[in-house]
Amino acid sequence: MSSESKFGDYGGQYVPEALMPAIEELTDAYERYVLDNEDGFMDEFRRRLADFGGRPTPLQRADRLSERYDREVYLKREDLVHGGAHKLNNALGQVLLAKYMGKDRIIAETGAGQHGTATAMAAAHLDIDCEIYMGRTDINRQRPNVFRMRIHDAAVNPVTAGSGTLKEAINETMRDWATNVEDTHYVIGSVVGPHPFPKMVRDFQSVISEEAREQIREKAGRLPDSVVACAGGGSNTMGAFHEFVPDSDVDLVAVEAGGSGLTIDEDRGLAPHSASLSSGDEGVLHGARTKLLQNPDGQILESHSVSAGLDYSGVGPELAYLADEGRVTPVNVGDDAALEAFHRLSKLEGIIPALESSHALGYLEEAGRGDADDDLGEVVVVNVSGRGDKDLDTVIEESEKRDIDAAPTMEVFR
Amino acid sequence: MSDDESGLGATEESLRCLEMPSEIEQAFADGPALVSYVAAGDPDTESTKEYVRALVRGGSDIVELGLPFSEPIAEGPTIQAAIRRALDAGMTPQAYLDLVAELDVDAPLVCMTYFNLIYQYGSERGVEPFVAAAADAGLSGLIVPDLPVDESDPLKDACEAHGLDLIFMVAPTTTDDRLDRMLTRASGFVYVQGRLGTTGARSDVSSETHVSLGRLAETGLPKAVGFGISEREHAREIVAGGADGVIVGSAFVDIIAEGEDVADRLEAKARELKDGAMEGGEKVPEPERT
Repeated sequence: MSSESKFGDYGGQYVPEALMPAIEELTDAYERYVLDNEDGFMDEFRRRLADFGGRPTPLQRADRLSERYDREVYLKREDLVHGGAHKLNNALGQVLLAKYMGKDRIIAETGAGQHGTATAMAAAHLDIDCEIYMGRTDINRQRPNVFRMRIHDAAVNPVTAGSGTLKEAINETMRDWATNVEDTHYVIGSVVGPHPFPKMVRDFQSVISEEAREQIREKAGRLPDSVVACAGGGSNTMGAFHEFVPDSDVDLVAVEAGGSGLTIDEDRGLAPHSASLSSGDEGVLHGARTKLLQNPDGQILESHSVSAGLDYSGVGPELAYLADEGRVTPVNVGDDAALEAFHRLSKLEGIIPALESSHALGYLEEAGRGDADDDLGEVVVVNVSGRGDKDLDTVIEESEKRDIDAAPTMEVFR
Repeated sequence: MSDDESGLGATEESLRCLEMPSEIEQAFADGPALVSYVAAGDPDTESTKEYVRALVRGGSDIVELGLPFSEPIAEGPTIQAAIRRALDAGMTPQAYLDLVAELDVDAPLVCMTYFNLIYQYGSERGVEPFVAAAADAGLSGLIVPDLPVDESDPLKDACEAHGLDLIFMVAPTTTDDRLDRMLTRASGFVYVQGRLGTTGARSDVSSETHVSLGRLAETGLPKAVGFGISEREHAREIVAGGADGVIVGSAFVDIIAEGEDVADRLEAKARELKDGAMEGGEKVPEPERT
């Protein structure tokens, strides 16, 4: 095997034997097509990302945020990727890879519905059958994305187990894969799961930092002092960080969902947050050793975030490794601060961000006004991982319930 | 964790041939074996004890006792629900080991669970504390469906140090190369996954089962087939096809879920399956078996 399966002690391949041959086949395909560009795979991928996906996305100076925080704030506009989020970068890569591998069926899990939508779009674009597993709770809070998946002709299978969110959707997709492994490829939506998924998804997403690194040098004339991205499983995070990892002067800040607080209700098995990187412990979930929200016995806790896409009890193994190494700084932003940031960007910059991305933007506010020595520094790149159209129902309801200062009143509709 | 066996692979291999068969291997000595699964703590600890005794009375030669994990990715809906009931009733790894220690049945007990619970047990992370406690409690072996052979070395070493069998699952998709790696580490019995997918009762025996049994014909270890077996006729057919035993879970868990006359019905169901397996064993052996 020419690609290592671990990041320090994290990562690995903890999956049922029935899946291992498919994972070995996938590892081989990843090495040949993605790493070695066999048959021009990467050329076709990049061409389709441009023509179908709308890349490259702009790096935009946010004038009013820059003024507010007294720093140069640049936004990497992944919300402008086709479909409205960075998720297409990976989904298109994996669906194309499945075609190169001769698979004739795609399955995927989805939390916020962005990955499911991106996968359904890519499957329609590349003409391959597609089924999506989605938790019942997430279906209820992300209805527009369910409609989009169906419109692209993907089947959507509701998952009712547990809290009906991303973790349960992954379990059910793994079960489908274990049943239909011979003709099916599982398009994992984040940098999680067994090797080679964490590396492969990172490689498809690293187009974000590849572009941003070049763009910031053009616009600011230098590398940034920090890059800020939200982290659930961590695909936009690793995508935004990867090319900057060797630049040791660039701080990499991963913003997790602080939910409603970092305490844990052990009796009920609930964590009111999704901050596995900053408060989780090492363990094994969904094929990889990583940092997890778990009780002392090793039972996995139900996580919480107002943002469905961050609501996950684990995190990618490479992020866990980079956090332990001190290369990535994990911080967290709670539900209320994320909602405030959602409204702030919408008002000040004319961009409605996804609730996930709003956590990254919320950290700008928490870090306060710039001074050259703080952790964000003078030039900051924030990854706007997606647009917030999918979140409007949640945002309006939650903003009213929580009395969010920056939220507009919606009285005109009553 | 014990690292001191490094470089002794070949010696271990030759030693194993001279060793006494394990308790689990002996359970296959008197003809086709029935391996019965229930989830510990479903619906409560005392009931589990009663059910295990009933399964052994009915002819179960080995009892596979599930230690419930919150994310059972290899299980179908029946066993998922059982695990949920057990967790809701408060089952924990410690309560599980206490239950095992109190069970006094004349059949080896095997723990089936997921890797994270083994890894987190005890005051420090790693596989050693759980394996030591499992041996103390009287378990004879472990089955860990999310631990493929590739990641199994630390657990295998700990099991050998404490005299437990680590049982590997062979899937219909398992390649020859992977099978070889598994067989050099396997002990107790080989768990033949009878079909792709998750656990759960099915109405027929998959053709994949026969293919897998054919590939394992030369293996010295007993071969038991699981996934989808629920009736006497399935057990008969599988043993007639070359298996040394059958593994049944969901058919028992269904009885527990229904909740009426559970112990008597478990005993009767076990007897039915054991009789089926014995019938299968009375047939003329397959020509390729020696």
